[in-house]
Amino acid sequence: MKDKITEKLLLFIAFSAILSLLLITFFIFQQGVPLIFKAGLQNFFSLKWAPTKGGFGILSMIVGSLMVTTGALAVGVPFGLACAIYLAEFSSSAFQKTLKPIIELLAGIPSVVYGFIGIVILIPFIRETFGGPGFSVLAASIVLGIMILPTIVSISYDALMSVPSTYRDGSLALGATRWQTVVMCLIPAARSGIVASIILGMGRAIGETMAVIMIAGNALKVPGSILDSVRTLTSTIALELGYAAGDHRAALFACGSFLFLIIIILNIIAIRVTGRK
Amino acid sequence: MFSCTQRRGGIIIAGSTSVQPFIEKVAEHFMEKHPEITINVQGGGSTAGIQATFNRTCNIGTSSRNLRVDERALKIVLIAVDGIAVIVHQSNPVEDLGLEEIRGIFSGKIRNWNELGGTDEEIIPVTREEGSGTRASFEGMLMGNVVISDACLVQDSNGAVREIIATTPQGIGYISVGLVDEREKALAIDGVKPTLANLITRKYNFTRPFLLLLLEEPKGDMKKFIDYVLSEEGQNILKMDGLIPATEIRDD
Repeated sequence: MKDKITEKLLLFIAFSAILSLLLITFFIFQQGVPLIFKAGLQNFFSLKWAPTKGGFGILSMIVGSLMVTTGALAVGVPFGLACAIYLAEFSSSAFQKTLKPIIELLAGIPSVVYGFIGIVILIPFIRETFGGPGFSVLAASIVLGIMILPTIVSISYDALMSVPSTYRDGSLALGATRWQTVVMCLIPAARSGIVASIILGMGRAIGETMAVIMIAGNALKVPGSILDSVRTLTSTIALELGYAAGDHRAALFACGSFLFLIIIILNIIAIRVTGRK
Repeated sequence: MFSCTQRRGGIIIAGSTSVQPFIEKVAEHFMEKHPEITINVQGGGSTAGIQATFNRTCNIGTSSRNLRVDERALKIVLIAVDGIAVIVHQSNPVEDLGLEEIRGIFSGKIRNWNELGGTDEEIIPVTREEGSGTRASFEGMLMGNVVISDACLVQDSNGAVREIIATTPQGIGYISVGLVDEREKALAIDGVKPTLANLITRKYNFTRPFLLLLLEEPKGDMKKFIDYVLSEEGQNILKMDGLIPATEIRDD
């Protein structure tokens, strides 16, 4: 009897979580999608964003989001993967036990702190070393690259650790060096987990807002180099929602709908990749 | 005796998003003193506020622009004046810009400080986000019909713009006059510096009025609130936030 009640209660709680997700989805699309049709797809996917004057083009922000995300992966993936491989294959277990929690701690630092560090240290450094405003694709990529490290390290590490030790032993027994074992045996075997870690990191980079607003400069123009300022979809929503009314507000929800779609697709890919062993 | 417990209708204020944060603050202080009166402050924009006052959907409208001829039927109460200052980094040798030069910078036509008598460095203009009241005033008063370039950096508050200008030697931006501090430098425009004296005498003309709008003479709670806004205490709250209090303005 008691079990039954607990079961029902848990079921209800589980559904309430799904329900809130459905409500959020419904609300975002209901607020945003009508505007896409009202403005027309051609306007919506153009470069002209002046929502108080009838320009609803989000193309430059899509490009901006893609550039920043690619940049973040370019920084985060090599470091994250190297770190995961070192932890899983080369380090002593005492070292593993201290380093892994420290890296995971990175995930707990609020993004506004990353942004602040970016403004104080990274931006002046980039401005003085490379020129330009400092607020740039490069700055955003570096900071986001660090922010996605914990995701990439911990999921890749788990994937590498879950490769059966017989693989490792077999490879070494055949005369492969440890490095050859890692590259030719372990990484291919843990591939799905590693790919999933990259995709989840990508999702985090696309969705990140606060740190990006603080360091990307938010210029609407499509950047010509990595030293130029850039505007992402999420920054636009957070920057402009405060004063937006009417169609402008709807346009921000339309941005949100588009972003939502991208994140859902990324997550589906991540689930597919990990599911197929 | 019963009047204390009686529920009074609240005051609804709607209109300019630029006035909103200031009037919200004054309303908070007012409600602390008069817990029996509720004030609800909404945005929507100056035009929406004027319409709402005519339609009686709000009790008091707010506007950060002067009324047009067809809107003059409303009673106006000037509560403060807000000036817009164009600011650069302390180290920038440029002290004075013409209106055309400012337009050139923000539209992306003038790209180097040496064209304006400064050092040979790229200009980094910083603007406000689409929909911001300060941006709208800047566009209206300083830019004329010239469109702000997409290449400008965009920040979402006076504070964020100020922070960038204070730390970027090549930067130029615009904020409320009252918020300029010693870390950046307010430029003279066509020879006139945005000092308090020049603002009060309207010599520095890039200012906008902050108005309360009413359909008829205020009575009861509404009168209490308006009197509070114009009182020394209310005006001081506005002054602390960087506005020029209405009581210090002379209309010559």
